[in-house]
Amino acid sequence: MLWRLSGVMALLLIANAKASGEFWTFQPPVTGIAQQIESLHSWLMLLILLIFVLVFGFMFYAILRHRKSLGHVAKPFHENTLVEILWTLIPALILLGMAWPAASVILAQKNTHDADFTIKATGHQWYWAYDYLDHGFGFKSKLATPRGQIENYQSQGEAKNPQYLLEVDQPLVVPVGKKIRILTTSNDVIHSWGVPAFGVKQDAIPGFIRDTWFKADKIGTYRGQCVELCGKDHGFMPIVVNVVSQADFDRWLAQQQARAKAARDDPNKVWTRDELLQRGKQAYEANCAACHKADGAGSGAFPALAGSKIANGAKAEHIRIVLNGKNAMPSWGTLSDVELAAAISYERTAWGNQADLVMPAEIRAARAKGK
Amino acid sequence: MTTATEHLNHGHDAMDHGWRRWLYATNHKDIGTLYLFFALAMFFVGGFMALCIRAELFQPGLQYWQPEFFNQLTTLHGIIMVFGAIMPAFTGLANWMLPLMLGAPDMAFARMNNWSFWLLPPAAALLLISLLVPGGAAGGGWTLYPPLSIQSGMGMDLAIFSIHLLGLSSIMGSINIITTVLNMRAPGMPLLKMPLFAWTSLVTAYLLIAVAPVLAGAVTMLLTDRHFGTHFFKAAGGGDPVLFQHIFWFFGHPEVYIMALPAFGIVSQIIPVFARKPLFGYVSMVYATCSIAILSFMVWGHHMFAVGMPATAQLFFMFLTMLIAVPTGVKVFNWIATMWQSSMTFETPMLFAIGFVCLFTVGGFSGLILSIAPVDTQMQDTYYVVAHFHYVLVAGALFSLFAAAYYWLPKWTGFMYHEGRGKFHFWWSMLWFNVTFFPMHFLGLAGMPRRIPDYALQFTDFNAIASVGAICFGLGQVFFLFNVIHTIRGGVGPAPSRPWEGGNTLEWEVPSPAPHHTWETPPDLATVQRGLRAQGLEND
Repeated sequence: MLWRLSGVMALLLIANAKASGEFWTFQPPVTGIAQQIESLHSWLMLLILLIFVLVFGFMFYAILRHRKSLGHVAKPFHENTLVEILWTLIPALILLGMAWPAASVILAQKNTHDADFTIKATGHQWYWAYDYLDHGFGFKSKLATPRGQIENYQSQGEAKNPQYLLEVDQPLVVPVGKKIRILTTSNDVIHSWGVPAFGVKQDAIPGFIRDTWFKADKIGTYRGQCVELCGKDHGFMPIVVNVVSQADFDRWLAQQQARAKAARDDPNKVWTRDELLQRGKQAYEANCAACHKADGAGSGAFPALAGSKIANGAKAEHIRIVLNGKNAMPSWGTLSDVELAAAISYERTAWGNQADLVMPAEIRAARAKGK
Repeated sequence: MTTATEHLNHGHDAMDHGWRRWLYATNHKDIGTLYLFFALAMFFVGGFMALCIRAELFQPGLQYWQPEFFNQLTTLHGIIMVFGAIMPAFTGLANWMLPLMLGAPDMAFARMNNWSFWLLPPAAALLLISLLVPGGAAGGGWTLYPPLSIQSGMGMDLAIFSIHLLGLSSIMGSINIITTVLNMRAPGMPLLKMPLFAWTSLVTAYLLIAVAPVLAGAVTMLLTDRHFGTHFFKAAGGGDPVLFQHIFWFFGHPEVYIMALPAFGIVSQIIPVFARKPLFGYVSMVYATCSIAILSFMVWGHHMFAVGMPATAQLFFMFLTMLIAVPTGVKVFNWIATMWQSSMTFETPMLFAIGFVCLFTVGGFSGLILSIAPVDTQMQDTYYVVAHFHYVLVAGALFSLFAAAYYWLPKWTGFMYHEGRGKFHFWWSMLWFNVTFFPMHFLGLAGMPRRIPDYALQFTDFNAIASVGAICFGLGQVFFLFNVIHTIRGGVGPAPSRPWEGGNTLEWEVPSPAPHHTWETPPDLATVQRGLRAQGLEND
């Protein structure tokens, strides 16, 4: 039994050192910090294995040999000051051997100076938003796995993508070999931004800004998930980082900046009913359907919108709830005036609802009054 | 049975019968029984929730529960197991056994003892009713971190009131334990010669008195933030969400030892008995217990390595956390030295005690790995943490409770349990416990976050294994229930007053079952000293 146990531990150790098979040990590290963490872990496992063999060796020897059924007679000793002092001091010294390398990794992790550029990661219920602070644009990064693959309440559901739950519509893109500083904050509750291959994990706390950093050594796609319980869809807010060459990054950057410029809705545009509702369907499905469902039927704590009093009642109340949130529903104030007006208009006319449209100017007015 | 009946007949105060006996109970044995049955019931409720969780996680995709209900399940499972099962079980044991082991007629404050038990059922009811209110039960995890816990519906308020009641109950229970242990020991039994279970209960009670009000304060602040316009934890009004974490873990870390120290005490009672040898290093065991208790107040920050504390704070919390390994190591070495050169037999209590030492050591190892702050960056809030604390709390606290139950069932019921069934329960639990929780180490290393209702495909196999393990482990506990009922109804026959050859503490001096009233006159000095000599605590 002892051999089998130590065999398992040894296997663990080897697998750890080689970092093969990422489904049962660390994902292959691609930053210096992640590498240091991994070797620290291997060193700890080695020490633990030694202590394990020693401690369990003595215990199982006693269990096998010093038993009454073998006629072993107990020797009633019950203290030995020297031994007791030794087995207090020796572990303390071993701990020092562990603490020393760990401390130097902590100091390296905490050094966020001299970054090449800074990205702000904002946690929302339930997606991440990234702002390239030095480049003047930003975007949202939401789960791309279709809902049909997730919900197999009745049947097996659709076949699942290989990157099921670890795919987003728009990943973070960074150049290889550059020190990227990540600022984290949150719009609602505490989330946590972590990418195991980078050895990075930092809580995103509403009202506060924290920072961390990474410098990826290898081009590729790296995936993480929100790691702080943040409500209903905690399991559905992945983090995907594309590490690309500097040239690819520059090309992507130019593209993003151009697109950001073009995508800005003209606040003075007069929207036709069809345009607004089409835009509204898009905005509703991106932001509201996860809870209120695509057919407005609602789920759990989230009431149905089809035929609801709010969606068929006064505009002002409807706008107020969407802007400020209510109970489990977060505030949606981070969406643009156009997106909000379109989504609310859609809610008020879809699924048999019969209320009037809301224009972007009305949202702007409501915001001004709220402030 | 005859002893008990005779005793009743010449008892001076009439014992109530029927429901009155239990509702008005002031006898430490009755109250201990109530605590133990309550804990057992809660253990099955919390365990059922765990199985609901594992059923959902058996394969990827959402099968049975909406994500919000899944969060409520994990939250209630945590709160119920900690406050409803493990803690009341230890208080129940202390109630039953401390007066017997110390030679006292009852607990110090018998009526307060009644009240401290009867606060528990309403607290449990509040938690369970919260599943039915609009918005459902609290879903923010057992740690109740704001602002998430500020968002949710009235289920959270019910949880807060429930925690208030549970805290009151714990404080009263602790006052009782401290007073009993300090003032009511038999003549000839100084503090440094009383059974280790009394020592660990005493230290645990002090820990509880120190931290239960801290938790009450934290959840009260949460309540006023939710309803009375304060902004302790709301950044919008100048509050700080991380403040809650500091306060919570100042309670929460000692709480971990509140669930571990009594277990150390139980194992320190059982191993020497079945090794037929005095406990090795009694005094260093006491010092280790106290050091662990003191250190537990200084390490709360290791639960928060990812909140972004400065490097100096990380170093401080890391070093102190690692230091806890020293006294804990001393304890493990002492247990092994007790087994060394002994004459062991392996009845069920001993099996569970040895199982405890083995698995608690594994949990200690993963704790050591988690204490290293940079490595914790990879593990924080992953399944590695889930594996770690289940090794400490299931294989630690729960296994010690099983050991205690089998060890003292003869004294409680007057009957011997079925040895073969007890052993089966041990091996079955040991096997499936490891099948359930060992794979979670791998899931955590590979990066699976905890508290998610659905997971990426690479985590599928280990989750399926863990779910199968959990269901089998759960079935094994139903078998335990049958074992207990079988024993109460006669078992394999009447138990002698000293069923274990090496049992030398005072509870083995009274008949089995222990009569309703014991030690109405304290044990005489000769009896006490004979027991102490046998335990190696007094020289010839």
